[in-house]
Amino acid sequence: MTDTPKISLKGLHKQFGPKIVLDSIDLDVMPGESMVIIGGSGSGKSVTLKCILGLLHPQSGSIKVDGEETARMTGKNRKRIQRKFGMLFQGAALFDSLPVWENIAFGLLAEGKATRQQAKEIAIENLRSVGLSPDVAKLSPAELSGGMQKRVGLARAIANKPDIIFFDEPTTGLDPIMADVINELIIERVKEMGATALTITHDMSSVRKIADKVAMIYKGNIIWCGGRNDIDNSGNPYVEQFIHGRAEGPIQMEILKA
Amino acid sequence: MNFLAVIGRVTIGFLQAAGRLGIFATTALSHMITPPFYFRTMVQQMMSIGYYSLPVVGLTALFTGAALALNIYEGGSRFNAESALPSIVVIGIVRELGPVLCGLIVAGRVSASMAAEIGTMRVTEQIDAMATLSTDPFKYLIAPRMIATTLMMPFMLVIVADVIGVMGGFLIATGKLGFNAGNYMSLTMDFIEMPDVYASLTKAAVFGFFISLMGCYHGFYSRGGAQGVGISTTNAVVSACMLILLSNYIVTEIFFAS
Repeated sequence: MTDTPKISLKGLHKQFGPKIVLDSIDLDVMPGESMVIIGGSGSGKSVTLKCILGLLHPQSGSIKVDGEETARMTGKNRKRIQRKFGMLFQGAALFDSLPVWENIAFGLLAEGKATRQQAKEIAIENLRSVGLSPDVAKLSPAELSGGMQKRVGLARAIANKPDIIFFDEPTTGLDPIMADVINELIIERVKEMGATALTITHDMSSVRKIADKVAMIYKGNIIWCGGRNDIDNSGNPYVEQFIHGRAEGPIQMEILKA
Repeated sequence: MNFLAVIGRVTIGFLQAAGRLGIFATTALSHMITPPFYFRTMVQQMMSIGYYSLPVVGLTALFTGAALALNIYEGGSRFNAESALPSIVVIGIVRELGPVLCGLIVAGRVSASMAAEIGTMRVTEQIDAMATLSTDPFKYLIAPRMIATTLMMPFMLVIVADVIGVMGGFLIATGKLGFNAGNYMSLTMDFIEMPDVYASLTKAAVFGFFISLMGCYHGFYSRGGAQGVGISTTNAVVSACMLILLSNYIVTEIFFAS
């Protein structure tokens, strides 16, 4: 395993108007590692992910992917870096106007990497890998249940065989059994591909299942980072409050301040 | 002091919006003329914008031509100028009413649909998903819609509106007002000139550009869920209609002011 982190964030700062969302984020994700970022709603988890993906541009700080600075990257270089990424969105974000198989093969078709027939075969193969039958391929996303949409989203995220896969709250809105199915699929597919995974969630059962390392974000800073097994003995009152879901503790919700 | 601050905020807000629209339009234009082109999407948009708008455009033109003929006949009879009916109908329809009414109808149908579709894609993260699949949303979503509308308006919809509008006048004139059919057509063909047709088609292309620009722009910057998409849709239609009426005057001035 190389010493160069797959993803390295240094002093990442992002604000919207006067509101500082990311203060100064420092985080390293090593190759093949499954890093999970936890934190409350509005703590900056999604913004961190969107900055790495290039969907948002940070005001300052460094984002390195495989040692290459990407924070201010645009055009063809950005596209080259994007090819390393796969992403499962919180609501799956499937394209309504396309059938399931075209959703999965979207990247392949858009880049002209496959004919429509080849792309359909690859899509069906990916559908099987997430436990869905080929019959689903021709359905539209609106005809799928939430769990099926998440699985199709996962199939789309892995279709281009990315080096790094991002998961944005992969189990939100699912029943516990389906959530566990998705967690299992994430572990299986990530390990099988040898990919690096970066997940953001506040579902602790998901954290305990899929994480190698866990980082906690609070008020735009990483306040704790450690192994999955260390999280119960972190000695950090913020982490302890969060993982036990207590209302009392150092983390004060906005509603209590009012 | 507060009053000045309000003026300042409004001015800055206006300049920001104008700048953002200018950048959006320039980016969209550059993607409209540079490859790759998504021909499949473009043809789908041409069908949706052009072919499926034909019934409503045709009916609007038919009834407008008919009503125009009645009005001109009745108004002209006050100073024995009924015989000018064919020439005024053809000039009125081709130069002005055909493109403008067609533009307003298409703005209501197409601009709203574009803003709603792209806006929904924005708030459900489908546009972000597209970017993570190495596909530029400007190339895949915006450019095909703008090319399709800018081409379909002059080369299908306004030509049809002009012809059906003139036919509406013809049907009333020959069926109800006692005009000789051959005479009517002969006067119509004698009176129409190529600059009238060029002006009509130029207006149509300009209107098509603005209709799609407003639909795509307001949809692309939608935010805040269903309410935000609703506001974007309203803004798209209103701004497209305003731009149609404004640009109609400018094109008319360019072609016919002497």
